Amino acid sequence: MSNSLQHLTLRQLIDKSRLETEIQSPLGKAILRRDFLKGIAAGSLVILTATDGTTTVAASDDLATDENLSPSLFVAIEPDGTVQILAHRSEMGTGIRTALPRVLADELGADWDKVVIRQAKGDKRLGDQNTDGSNSIRFFYKTMRIAGAMARTMLQQAAAQQWNVDTNRCTTKNNQVLLKGTKKSINFSKLVAAALQLTAPKPEALKFKSADEFQYIGKNFPITDLADILTGKAVFGIDARIDGQVYAVIARCPVVGGVVSSYDAEAAKKVPGVIDVIDLPKFQGAPLFQQLGGVAVIATGTWAAWQGRDALNVKWDEGPNATYDTEAFSAALKETVNKTGQTLRSQGDATGVIAKAATKVSATYSVPHLAHAPMETTCAVADVKTNDKGEVTSCYLQAATQNPQAVQQAVGPAMGIPNEQVSCDVTLLGAGFGRKSKPDYCVEAARLSRILKKPVHVTWTREDDLRHDYFHTISAVHCEAGLDAAGRPMGWLMRGAYPSITSTFAVGADTPATWEAEMGLTDLPYDVPNIQVEVGKAKAHTRIGWLRAVCHIFQNFAVSSFADELAQAAGVDPYEYLLDILGDDRQLDLAALKLGNRGANPNDYPYDIGRLKNVLARAAKHSNWARHTDLPQGQGLGIACCRSFLGYTGHVVEVSVTPAGSVSVDHVWCSIDSGTIVSPDRVYAQVEGAALMGISQAMYGEMPMKNGKTVHSNFDGFQVARMSDAPQEINIDIIKSDAAPGGVGETGIGSFAPALCNAIFAATGKRVRDLPIKNHDLSWTNQ
Amino acid sequence: MATINVNGKDLDVTDVPIDTPLLWVLRDHLGLTGTKYGCGVSECGACTIHIDGAAAQSCVTSLGDVGTGKILTIEGLSDNGDHPVQDAWRDHNVPQCGYCQVGQMMTCAAMLKDKPDPSETEIEEGMWNICRCGTYNRIRAAVKTAAQEMQK
Repeated sequence: MSNSLQHLTLRQLIDKSRLETEIQSPLGKAILRRDFLKGIAAGSLVILTATDGTTTVAASDDLATDENLSPSLFVAIEPDGTVQILAHRSEMGTGIRTALPRVLADELGADWDKVVIRQAKGDKRLGDQNTDGSNSIRFFYKTMRIAGAMARTMLQQAAAQQWNVDTNRCTTKNNQVLLKGTKKSINFSKLVAAALQLTAPKPEALKFKSADEFQYIGKNFPITDLADILTGKAVFGIDARIDGQVYAVIARCPVVGGVVSSYDAEAAKKVPGVIDVIDLPKFQGAPLFQQLGGVAVIATGTWAAWQGRDALNVKWDEGPNATYDTEAFSAALKETVNKTGQTLRSQGDATGVIAKAATKVSATYSVPHLAHAPMETTCAVADVKTNDKGEVTSCYLQAATQNPQAVQQAVGPAMGIPNEQVSCDVTLLGAGFGRKSKPDYCVEAARLSRILKKPVHVTWTREDDLRHDYFHTISAVHCEAGLDAAGRPMGWLMRGAYPSITSTFAVGADTPATWEAEMGLTDLPYDVPNIQVEVGKAKAHTRIGWLRAVCHIFQNFAVSSFADELAQAAGVDPYEYLLDILGDDRQLDLAALKLGNRGANPNDYPYDIGRLKNVLARAAKHSNWARHTDLPQGQGLGIACCRSFLGYTGHVVEVSVTPAGSVSVDHVWCSIDSGTIVSPDRVYAQVEGAALMGISQAMYGEMPMKNGKTVHSNFDGFQVARMSDAPQEINIDIIKSDAAPGGVGETGIGSFAPALCNAIFAATGKRVRDLPIKNHDLSWTNQ
Repeated sequence: MATINVNGKDLDVTDVPIDTPLLWVLRDHLGLTGTKYGCGVSECGACTIHIDGAAAQSCVTSLGDVGTGKILTIEGLSDNGDHPVQDAWRDHNVPQCGYCQVGQMMTCAAMLKDKPDPSETEIEEGMWNICRCGTYNRIRAAVKTAAQEMQK
């Protein structure tokens, strides 16, 4: 590798690692414009807001003939008052398909009942559509407000002309322009034609609503898809249907990088309903988002294709990864982190101070591979058309994807067409957790459709999902500290080693990237005079991908577990200890620490120790932390905090552990500060869900591999949390804030697992350093 | 050819082997995609339907096993999405991604017929379906609301 990749952000990495076969071409404006305008009534007022804030206003009729207009985020107000709003981020359970349009509708003064939400296709001119990284509100809150304010201002101006008053006297609410101090009002529908005659105001002249004027932002509301979900009408990727489609199930090598050696196509074809058997070539170079390769069975239904696959009797040439054994690999990682690695942060002389310290504490933590396992497996349907020469003339997909632009980037080269000619509609996602931002399954569907000259629906079985995931990495983190006489850490050393996500994009990449280390290691917030953070090499033997919360899963587990161990060593209350080592309220010097801060401006998104201490203190208060010393043996409270995805969380977890060692999570308290909140109920939902995903990861989460193959292939082996694991109560406290909006979806994960394991220690005196918890004997006897 | 009764209608299923799981018959051959695939081995409950009023996992129930049994899917649970269970799910804003919720509601509706006033333990045991978004606390609350409404 190429260590030069170590310092790229994930988004830069994805962008740099595109296939060389990618074809660049001018944009197919005519095609896209037609798609874009489909369904907007003639005579509508359309406001297009580019992601850089520039705005265009036009009549829908003019858009149809203007060659230079590009798709942008838009709102269209139709002559009947219907307000169409484009949603360009994917809905996988966060409520984003509702939340961003609500922001625009609020600024506009729209009647929510008149709003129609349109899901955007993949198109790079819409800006970032990669719905991961807890970025959606952060990236587009302002853009949606600009679009809404632009439309509102023009309607206000049109009304002001009719009333012959100053525009400042006009306000909007529920699709009406109102004249202040009177009972006069005009419906939006009656202003569209007049507004179209006006010159659009300059964006810098726009006036925005103040927070106390918000009608929708910060208020609870049901998601727009709720009724469809409750009646089974919601269309997910697995439900996507194109007339004449056939169904494919694919045999892929259980070891990454292996190829087909032999198979019995005739046996598969004897299965009733099977239409064809087709080879898929192995990916070239690094996996990227290419197809894994294998043998596809095509049939009149999913089940027939599945039965056909079972009949194939494929033999594989498994390749060099067939020696991969996670038990041995984990042991090797622990050896790696006991040796000096590559320094990523160095302040003072941590090793020297630790060596001389009165009290030394050291511990090594490990977390195994995890699978995403969204309830809907990866699914897509593709319809590819070719000419007589076999060249692709059109390529259309419906996919459960977190990133339709990645679909374009992956499918375009495979079809030999420019990315922009790949047309990708986005269905609802039966969750994603990061898996569905990697569209290998879309490439499979497109390749098969091209060969078969029919629409092909690819469904991954659960076994496929768990055997061929882009797995969360496998890791070891070693921590050492030297304490002074008062028990305060004077030196702090951490070393992490784990196969990097970079390895999915560059052959041979074997060192954690700086943005990975920044999720819990190099961004260590504690006020310690001597700090050393290192990373060690680790080769990948499977596809490594990002899973909800990414490296916070194991790095914050190590850091916040270790802080609890230091509190024990110092004989100090763990909560008081955390408050003490976090130090004075201050902002970390992100530039000096070379922290990328997820690309966010440190002025808008500082690393604010005061905010971190606040969520910690509030979680302690709400849980009545002081009672922890009175709890009997077998019950315990644990505490932890972290900043992740530009949001802050403090968790307190209460557990009981039976004398036989059975753990139940009784109660969870979480305080979260993610700045401005659009939808409080969905924030609660995300943090509730994060606690349950935290229970899945910490209690049960592991995907062991032997001989390069996953040991588990369904939920009987790969255990996840069920109702019986759910806490009796989850109390969530959202900090009211007008700070810039941070992340939410992933933010609720980072401090949960360490708080849980700290609680188990408090209950039993047993420290869990190697997840999952289920592998430990936590039995205890009365003392 | 087989004829099965789904949501009160007799439907002909042609060219599908009788060992095909009902899940795929409903989804791929009858166009009833409300019932979801999650695991294929009766581990997750996403495919839960009712046969003669009892919950069944359609991923492990074959077309040939159904006979004259009356099949109820989410599409037939209520005319207007207003079964008390659907109402309770709506009141508590239960769904996140929503994918497993059809199976959750079908499991709940069958359970409440047998146990109109389930205890906490009965809810935990009865509502065994997997939700990866982690909506369990809201499901628990919605089950209780639905139980109260159905007893009125």
